Amino acid sequence: MSRLEARKLVIDVPGRADGQPLDISLEPGQVWGVLGPNGAGKTTLLHTLAGLRAARDGQVSLDDRPLSRLGRREIAQSLGLVFQDSQDGFPATVRETALIGRHPFLSPWQMERGEDLRLAEAALARLDVAHLADRLVNTLSGGERQRLAIATVLTQGPKIWLADEPTNHLDLHHQTAVMALLAEQAASGHAVMMCLHDLNLAARWCDHLLLLYPGGEACWGPRETMLVPSALERLYDQPLATAEIDGSPVFVPAR
Amino acid sequence: MRQLSLPLGILLAASLAALALSVSVGSANVAAGELWAVLRGGGEALSRTLVLELRVPRSLSAFAVGGLLAVAGALMQVLLRNPLADPYVLGLSGGASVGALAAMLGGMGGMVISGSAFGGALLSTLLVFGLAHGTGSWTPSRLLLTGVVVAAGWGAVITLMLAISPAERLPGMLYWLMGDLSYARTPWPPMTLLMAVCLLVIPLGRSLNVLARGPLQAAALGVSVRPLEWLIYIAASLLTAMAVTTAGSIGFVGLVVPHMLRLMLGNDQRLILPACALAGGTLLVLADTLARTMIAPEQLPVGVITALLGVPTFLYLLYRSR
Repeated sequence: MSRLEARKLVIDVPGRADGQPLDISLEPGQVWGVLGPNGAGKTTLLHTLAGLRAARDGQVSLDDRPLSRLGRREIAQSLGLVFQDSQDGFPATVRETALIGRHPFLSPWQMERGEDLRLAEAALARLDVAHLADRLVNTLSGGERQRLAIATVLTQGPKIWLADEPTNHLDLHHQTAVMALLAEQAASGHAVMMCLHDLNLAARWCDHLLLLYPGGEACWGPRETMLVPSALERLYDQPLATAEIDGSPVFVPAR
Repeated sequence: MRQLSLPLGILLAASLAALALSVSVGSANVAAGELWAVLRGGGEALSRTLVLELRVPRSLSAFAVGGLLAVAGALMQVLLRNPLADPYVLGLSGGASVGALAAMLGGMGGMVISGSAFGGALLSTLLVFGLAHGTGSWTPSRLLLTGVVVAAGWGAVITLMLAISPAERLPGMLYWLMGDLSYARTPWPPMTLLMAVCLLVIPLGRSLNVLARGPLQAAALGVSVRPLEWLIYIAASLLTAMAVTTAGSIGFVGLVVPHMLRLMLGNDQRLILPACALAGGTLLVLADTLARTMIAPEQLPVGVITALLGVPTFLYLLYRSR
């Protein structure tokens, strides 16, 4: 069990005023969705929470210890990040790529052991890419790569998941499968925060929402209090039509 | 991934065979039995001098230089995440060449040329890094561009020096530029450095694997990216400076050996880096043996041979790779 806390956090979006400082506590068992239009700072926020970017002001702490005082390795042992898109370095196979998720847990002199390989294989199977294990990553489709990126973080097995548009490139079935996986991680006591563009996925799977406005304004809270059509319409500058299906609200852009 | 020992064992055997071949053939051949006797401390006096005082130091130097260049190339490719990077891409050999040629132009001899080349290499390293760093932080593409431009500048200076140098000095200068092991006296400085760096990079291998996937991904998986990048940069520069100082600028080894090994062995740096040391060494020992035997007693510049051997081999491997 781990918690990630942002205190008076101002993320550093170049050329933007400070806006509303964020006071967020990401607790075990919670699933947070971050919503906002393009360029609102969703990715910057996740990278700042992961300690990959310096904040303009405020502090992020992991289990009450400031991130800035923790080493990268120590952070990586509790916190995993699914990137929006992955870079292609040198050719590597799908299995090797999933296996690097074990990096934070191995000492410099250690080779990966059978146990690490087993974790990687299980993660690949969970994300439905086990049959691609020997393929080179650069031969995969966009959706397959996305599932591999998630499998790599699953191999890492972090207590805190930060996922940047985890359903990018995924077909409907795999979108649902990935959201179910993240919900399952939360149910087992881990904490999840993800950036999403799909309001309906957020409404269906997240229990807390953070709305980031382009000017730096923000509001956050439990899902019920955040899914106000007028607020969402202002967020995206887009009129919405709302319906209710199986007890959950469904939003579609109105013309 | 578990198969480290087999490829390394094969490469080690190939290295020893290449070294044995290299010390037995030349203007006078030494038979296998005689070579064995000499290495065990016996043999005829003439063979002893030939093998122990002339050929062994030169062969070991060739091995060390080849290994240094290949390891430096592999490190640069990871650092810059660019498959076209080689040990010289950041202008290091240009700086070393200008240093060496200046010493030759001034009529200086062996040690001064080496010292001046080493100084030039370090100067170039600091220049490129300082300029790439600029007022902000450096990125691989910025470092690469700065290096390429500085290298072009050194190239112009080299051409200028060749143009104004007296005719009798030209052959020596040209040989140095194409790589020449006949200046190599003692193999121990490059050999020691090669072994030290191999030991250093083994525990870093997995971090380098992660770094090859991009700095953000590496940081997210617990790698302290900036210190690691500094370390690679300094290590690769030092290796290249030592290689250039020992044998002039020998092209191609640092670019092609790492790629050849990646095509055959995959991309695990824990395997690739020691394999580069062995394969780079073997390639240069063989190339140097050819260079001094093909038109003996005349010698060819070894850089020509490495390119002539390396280009077809590399193209073949690239052609049949998936």
